[in-house]
Amino acid sequence: MKRIAILLVLCAASLLAALGAHAQNKPAGNAADRALIDKGAYLARAGDCIACHTKPEGELFAGGRPMLTPFGTLYTSNITPDSETGIGTWSADQFYAMMHTGRFPDGGLLYPAMPFGSYTKVTRADSDAIFAFLRSIPAVKQPNRPHDLRFPYNNRSLILGWRTLYFNEGEYKPDPKQSDEWNRGAYLVEGLGHCAMCHTAINALGGSSDSEAFQGGLIPMQNWYAPSLTSNKEAGLGDWNLQEITDYLKTGISARGAVYGPMAEVVYNSLQYMTDADIRAMAVYLKSLGQGSPPGAARATVTTSEGSLLLTLGKTIYDRECASCHGAQGLGKPPHYPPLAGNQSIQMSSAVNPIRMVLNGGFPPGTAGNPQPYGMPPFAQSLSDDEVAAVVTYIRTAWGNRGAAISAREANALRASPLD
Amino acid sequence: MAALCHSRLWLFVGLSLTVLFGAADAFCQTTTEKAPDTIEARLLACAPCHGAVGEGTSNAYFPRLAGKPAGYLTNQLVAFRNGRRRYPPMNYLLEYLPEEYLAVMASYFAAQRPTLPAPVAPDVSQQMVKLGEQLIEKGDYNRGIPACTSCHGPNLTGMEPAIPGLLGLRASYISGQLGAWRYGTRTATAPDCMQIIAGHLTEDDVKAVAAVLASRPAPAKPDPVPKGSFGLPFACGSQPQ
Repeated sequence: MKRIAILLVLCAASLLAALGAHAQNKPAGNAADRALIDKGAYLARAGDCIACHTKPEGELFAGGRPMLTPFGTLYTSNITPDSETGIGTWSADQFYAMMHTGRFPDGGLLYPAMPFGSYTKVTRADSDAIFAFLRSIPAVKQPNRPHDLRFPYNNRSLILGWRTLYFNEGEYKPDPKQSDEWNRGAYLVEGLGHCAMCHTAINALGGSSDSEAFQGGLIPMQNWYAPSLTSNKEAGLGDWNLQEITDYLKTGISARGAVYGPMAEVVYNSLQYMTDADIRAMAVYLKSLGQGSPPGAARATVTTSEGSLLLTLGKTIYDRECASCHGAQGLGKPPHYPPLAGNQSIQMSSAVNPIRMVLNGGFPPGTAGNPQPYGMPPFAQSLSDDEVAAVVTYIRTAWGNRGAAISAREANALRASPLD
Repeated sequence: MAALCHSRLWLFVGLSLTVLFGAADAFCQTTTEKAPDTIEARLLACAPCHGAVGEGTSNAYFPRLAGKPAGYLTNQLVAFRNGRRRYPPMNYLLEYLPEEYLAVMASYFAAQRPTLPAPVAPDVSQQMVKLGEQLIEKGDYNRGIPACTSCHGPNLTGMEPAIPGLLGLRASYISGQLGAWRYGTRTATAPDCMQIIAGHLTEDDVKAVAAVLASRPAPAKPDPVPKGSFGLPFACGSQPQ
């Protein structure tokens, strides 16, 4: 998520300085200010601003984190209140305009790596709270690093075309037919949570269309598949109960499956800090999205005879390497050893995620609700491409699972996936 | 059974047999085993490369972890998590784990005392062995190289809390790490004493020291010496004095 997500691109400090007349830089003195800042800190967590705007071992919110995109590398911006290199000269109006319209105070266009397509749904009151919080953090003098985009993507006027195709400006409009809780969940998921940045397919133009909202897609540059949130055959949550969904979102583990891949970052930096009420609201909304839209049938990339050979080898490997934790019948020992039988995540038509889990292993995120997660060992060194294909084929098709067989070539292709 | 619990069962929704659902849910729960509540089970992910108790594996580039001081191991885990020490499979595994947990992992491996692997006869010339011995025991004052023993302990078992022991590691791992220090791809908290020292080493120095360290037999007492057992010749950010 972090790579394709986000970016507040700031323009030259001289331009900003000219706009500084409206800047308000008074320290928070009273309880009302404090409450607003606390609210903003919470909402900044909901928006996961920190994931992109802080680089590892870097100063908080001072930016500089490289974001690899199919179009080149973007560097996130400094959003501390430093008046020369951060947003210290901005007003609350300008901050809201940026969130809402995707434009800088000088009218310049933000790259859509900054999820203003989602943040446009944020209310003025919430935007003001986030701004108050960002005004309250220590100012860091750290100039923004210029982006390194290839021609023709380094031409900012192209963003105009992108916006015409994919950007719909406007605050979230509550659906009067739904409950307050559902609407709160929808507001968080569609707005600050910017879940659509990964869970809606990104096309060759770096855009995602509303008609395909939350239908899933491969995350560019990361080689993880962000499953559909609308199909119950993928990560659609229509079949999950609310407890399972809230456990998953808040602690990173649940009776149905554990968080892995780029979603671990979201839980680690953002969702674990949400209140129980907000997590529940998101769960209610997400559950309502998952209403049986039929996905395409999984298509095997290998012949039937090859598939049955893979199955035989796969069972041998599974019983030797996997069954001690995931169980001979794929039941797992939830929540720490996820069940594989009936697990949507390994049966999707894209086999990218189960292949990568077998190759790379992984820990669910460490959270307040699960501070010492159990790690799955990586098998990239000990299993050959044929063996990886066999065991993944086995778990996708055994115990009534309805995924398709995969080939050694598919397993091999993912050995080179970036791990950072 | 989970398939039944989680997918097929739902096909029967149309039947609206709530009694059946209740019974099936209870059955699903009773068949559910729990993962062992142990640190060993949590850290299975480390075993393929480092061994179940951190004793190391046959792969020469994956280090032994057992018995290294907990502070040293924590520093490395944090450096991998933050991306300062680069090794993508480690960076990936640790990226979303809190520091408290990394310290627990470190304490676990620090407390293990599996037998050290058999020493390997040095595959370098006699002259190189002499150079290695010299640098390990005496250093080279004129080139600004302190003896390895002056920080890593008279028996090279390290010092609490954050100076690692150097025995039980293979020559390729040691030379790989010294090379990384020399080229600046491995760094530690400033003042980065090891980078300064490694900057004074030649390729031959590295090869000689690695070969001789890997040939040393296990000491009678493998534990790191207590904190403050001796003064360090350099200020070290990882080991505040």
